[in-house]
Amino acid sequence: MKISCEQAAEICNKSQYREASLMEIIKLKYHIFICKTCKLFTTKNTKLTKLCNESKLQILSEEEKAKMKAELEKSNN
Amino acid sequence: MIANELQPDKWVELHADYLFNYAIGKVSDVEIAKDLVQETFIAGLNSAKNFKGDAAERTWLIAILKRKVIDHYRKINSKKGKAEVRIQYSDQTDAEGEWLEERVADPFVKGGDQEIENEELGLAIQNCIDKLPKKQSRVFTMKTIQGMSTEDICKELGINPSNLWVMIHRARTSLMGCLNQSWF
Ligand SMILES: [Zn+2]
Repeated sequence: MKISCEQAAEICNKSQYREASLMEIIKLKYHIFICKTCKLFTTKNTKLTKLCNESKLQILSEEEKAKMKAELEKSNN
Repeated sequence: MIANELQPDKWVELHADYLFNYAIGKVSDVEIAKDLVQETFIAGLNSAKNFKGDAAERTWLIAILKRKVIDHYRKINSKKGKAEVRIQYSDQTDAEGEWLEERVADPFVKGGDQEIENEELGLAIQNCIDKLPKKQSRVFTMKTIQGMSTEDICKELGINPSNLWVMIHRARTSLMGCLNQSWF
């Protein structure tokens, strides 16, 4: 049942992407019950996920960036 | 510290996503936003000689992008555009004058810091992502913004899952620190 703080952090990160198993989640819950540091980390980490979801950030694909770069180089010459 | 310098060959890498999200916020259209970013880079290149180095490169590029947004709304002549043009020009002497790219100079971007304080959540996050080491920002973006699977990212970048989770951990920890004051 016992896990280290490093393991707790990794499970916490995985759970932000729904990639932690149920058993891992149980271990994490038990750990943050007894460890304040990881409890704080989990709270902030979850908040970060929420902010990222709310932000509706979009990014340009690598392909689009390459095209932009080529276009920029063309007008630099 | 030495004055800010322009590095056009790194613009796409360093600023494209930030400018893209800024533009989306103004024009609500991904394709138009993309065009505006491209136009901004080209205009930046053409007016690079006017860059005095007082402002950060990104702040300077945003000032150009703002002008591109105004031009865009002028072109389509929408009501929203008219309102925006009025607001943007209100405290400037060339209120009715044509915008000339070559005139972009540092004085224009005064108040840039203010702007950054007010920036939306998405831009704040992008700003923090851009401060991460390159590989971390790539992995974080693929995983979090693009929602790619661990397997696909590992395949594309030639890393293993434990590498990936270490990088995700570092990236997330840095982002919590970077965003802390205003958003947590
Ligand atoms: Zn712990």
